[in-house]
Amino acid sequence: MNALVLKKGASRKSAYDLKNPLGDEVETHTLTVIVDNEAGVLARVIGLFSGRGYNIDSLTVAETDHHGHLSRITIVTTGTPAVIVQIKAQLDRMIPIHSVNDLTVEGPSVERELAMLKVTGEGEKRVEAMRLADIFRANVVDTTLSSFVFEITGTSEKIDAFVELMRPLGLTELARTGVAALARGR
Amino acid sequence: MTRQMTGAQIVVQALKDQGVEIIFGYPGGAILPIYDEIFKQNKIRHIIVRHEQAATHAAEGYARSTGKPGVVLVTSGPGATNAVTGMTDALMDSIPMIVLTGQVPTFMIGNDAFQEADTIGITRPCTKHNWLVKDTNILAETIHQAFHVATTGRPGPVLVDIPKDVQFAMGNYTTIQKTKVSHYQPRVKGDIDAITKAVEMLEKAERPIIYSGGGVINSGVGASQLLRELADATGAPITSTLMGLGAYPASGENWLGMLGMHGTYEANMAMHDCDFMLCVGARFDDRITGRTDAFSPNSYKVHIDIDPSSINKIIRVDTPIIGDIGHVLEDILKVWKSRGRKTNAAGIAKWQAQISEWKAVDCLKYKNSDTIIKPQYALQRLEALTKDHDRYITTEVGQHQMWAAQYLTFEEPHRFMTSGGLGTMGYGTPASMGVQIAHPDALVINVAGEASWLMNMQEMGTAIQFNLPTKQFILNNERLGMVRQWQELLHGSRYSQSWSESLPDFVKLADAFGAKGIRCSDPADLDDAIMEMLDYDGPVIFDCVVEKHENCYPMIPSGAAHNEMLMGDAKTENAITGKGAALV
Repeated sequence: MNALVLKKGASRKSAYDLKNPLGDEVETHTLTVIVDNEAGVLARVIGLFSGRGYNIDSLTVAETDHHGHLSRITIVTTGTPAVIVQIKAQLDRMIPIHSVNDLTVEGPSVERELAMLKVTGEGEKRVEAMRLADIFRANVVDTTLSSFVFEITGTSEKIDAFVELMRPLGLTELARTGVAALARGR
Repeated sequence: MTRQMTGAQIVVQALKDQGVEIIFGYPGGAILPIYDEIFKQNKIRHIIVRHEQAATHAAEGYARSTGKPGVVLVTSGPGATNAVTGMTDALMDSIPMIVLTGQVPTFMIGNDAFQEADTIGITRPCTKHNWLVKDTNILAETIHQAFHVATTGRPGPVLVDIPKDVQFAMGNYTTIQKTKVSHYQPRVKGDIDAITKAVEMLEKAERPIIYSGGGVINSGVGASQLLRELADATGAPITSTLMGLGAYPASGENWLGMLGMHGTYEANMAMHDCDFMLCVGARFDDRITGRTDAFSPNSYKVHIDIDPSSINKIIRVDTPIIGDIGHVLEDILKVWKSRGRKTNAAGIAKWQAQISEWKAVDCLKYKNSDTIIKPQYALQRLEALTKDHDRYITTEVGQHQMWAAQYLTFEEPHRFMTSGGLGTMGYGTPASMGVQIAHPDALVINVAGEASWLMNMQEMGTAIQFNLPTKQFILNNERLGMVRQWQELLHGSRYSQSWSESLPDFVKLADAFGAKGIRCSDPADLDDAIMEMLDYDGPVIFDCVVEKHENCYPMIPSGAAHNEMLMGDAKTENAITGKGAALV
C-alpha cells in the first residue's frame, strides 16, 4: 500500500525524488475524470469541490465518447499532497464517475490549452503584436484595420507568457478553454 | 419480454420486486398517481406520518434496526425539502434509504410551477446519488439502480425524482435481472498484503486496541460475530463509537465502553496510550479524535473501511485496508489463525492491568440525590428494569443521548438508533416509530430530552394510528442541556436562549393524543413509574422531571486530547478556551 510517492517530474531512480506525503507544500495536479454524460454530472463535480473547499484552477468538459455516453473532465487543481489524495478519493466514489487519473503523478503526459486574444491598436504596436504572434506560432483568425484575433495553443505557461506580452500592445479581450490533457504513449 | 404499465404502476412493481414491505410517506399533488397505485394493492404497507422529515427518520429507524433499506415516498416542493434533513442525517450515518419524490410534470419544470422545487439540485449534496426520471421507460431500471447504490459500498440515501406526467405515461417495466449491471461495484475484499501486515503488527502489539464503528453494524450481523471473535481471541480491548454500540457486547470482558468526547476514561486513555490501533468501520470523526495532533501519538494504525475517501482524511494511518468489514475481518482471522494465533501475551496482560486501573477511576460515577431524579439515575433504573426485554433504543440529540450511550448497555447490533454525524434533534420520536413497525413485539424506547422531543412530537399521531406502543422516555430538565453545558464551559454561564419555556403538560398532551401519560419527579417513585410504563400496552409519554443543571461527564473539552478529560468533579467555568473555543 505504501508505494513510494514521486515528486512531480521526478525519475523513479533516485531517493532524492521521494515526496513527503505529509508535506504541506501546495502542488498543482491535472486530473482527468471519465464520467457518464448525464444531466447534472458537472454540477456534481463542481459541488464536490465547492462543498469541501477544494480549488479548481481550470476545468474543461466535453463528450468524448458519444456511443458510450461518456464525457471527459479535465481538472487542474491545487492542494497539499493529502488534499490531492482526498480529492481523488472523493471523486472516485461518485456514482457517475468511471475513472479518475492523476496525470501529474502517473507518468508523462501532454497538456494543451487554447486561447483567443483580441488585440486592438494601430501603427507600431500592431506590427509588434503580429511579430510576437509569429514567434509564438499564434494564428490570426480575424482581422480588421485596427484589431486582430489571435488563436494560440500550448501549455498554460506558454499562453500566460503570450498574454503578458500582448497586454501592453492592446489586449482587450481574452478567452481561454482551460487545460485538456492526455497521458503519453499507449 | 417486457410489460407495459403506467409509471405509477412501475414504481409499485419495482418496490415489490425489491422486497419492500413498508414505506413511510405523505401524499401530495405531484405524487398522487403513485398513491393511487398504493391504494390498489395490499402487499406494501404504507405508514402515513405527520411530517415528511419524520418519514425519513422513521425510515432510518427501520433501516438501522433491520439492516434493510428504508423507503420514503413524498410529494414535490415542500415534501422534498422537508425530507432534506433526514437524507442528510442518513448520509452522515451511512443509512441505506430510498426516497421517491413527486415532481411537477416535465413540461412545467423550470416554470416556478406550484410546489415545484429543484429537488435534484437541492438534494445533490445530501444524497449518495439522485436521479430525475424524464422517461417512463427507464423508470424501473432507475429504481433498481437506486436500490443498488443505496445498499452497496458505504450505504446511504438516494433519491428518485419522478415528474407527474412520467407517473401517468405508459412504459416498459424492466425487471431487476434485466437491469444493466452498474459500473458502481465497490470492492469488498481487502488487499491480502495489507491484511497480513495488520496481523503481523497485531501479533507483536503490547498495547493493542480495537476501535469499532457503525461500519461493523452496516456490514451485517456476521461482521459483529467476527469482531467479537477477534477481540476475544486476541484479548485486545475494544471500544466503539456511538454508531457502533452493540457490535461488541457491553457485557464482554474486553469492553471499554464508548470512546470520544463523552466516552469513558478507560476507552480514551487506552486510545491515547495504545501501540496498535485497529480501526474497524469508523471514520475518525472529530467527536472521537479530540485534538488530532495529539491523537494516539504512539500507535501503529490500521484502518478498515469500505469507503476509500475515509482513509487518511483526518488521521494518517499506517495500513489502510479497503473492503467490507465482514470480508476483511474474516480474512484477518484466517491469516492470524494460519500463522499460529500469536499474541504478545505478556504485553497484553500488563496492558489489561493498566486498563483495570483506569476502570477503577469509575468515570461514570455521579452524585445521586434523594429528592431530585438525576438523569443518570433515571437511565440506570431504566437499564435495570428493561435489560431483559427484547429492547430497542432510539434517542434524540443532546445530553440525554450521551447518557443513554453511557448508562444503557447494548448486547447486540441494530439495537441503538441515534443521530450521530448530523446530530438531528427530532430524530428519535419518528425513528422509534420506524423501529416499532419493523419489530412490533419488541420494547422500543425513545430516550429524549424535552426540547428535542418537541421537534417531532406530532408523530404521536402516527403512533396512535398504527398502534405503535413506543415508550417516549423524556428526561425533562427544562433546558437545552448540552447547549447550557457549553455555555457554562465556554461563555461564562450566560445561558442565552437555552431553556424550555412554556412547556406543555406532557401527561395532558399524551391524553390529547390518546396515549398514556406518566409524570415522575421523585426518585422514590421512579421504579414504579417505569414499571407502569412497561406494563402499559400502548404508546406512553413519560415525563421524567430531572435535575436541571446536571452536566454530562466525562468530557474531552473541544480542542483537548484524549488524556485531558474533564471528570464529574471538574471545575467547569470557562474550561474551554483558546483554539478549542472555535470548535463545535
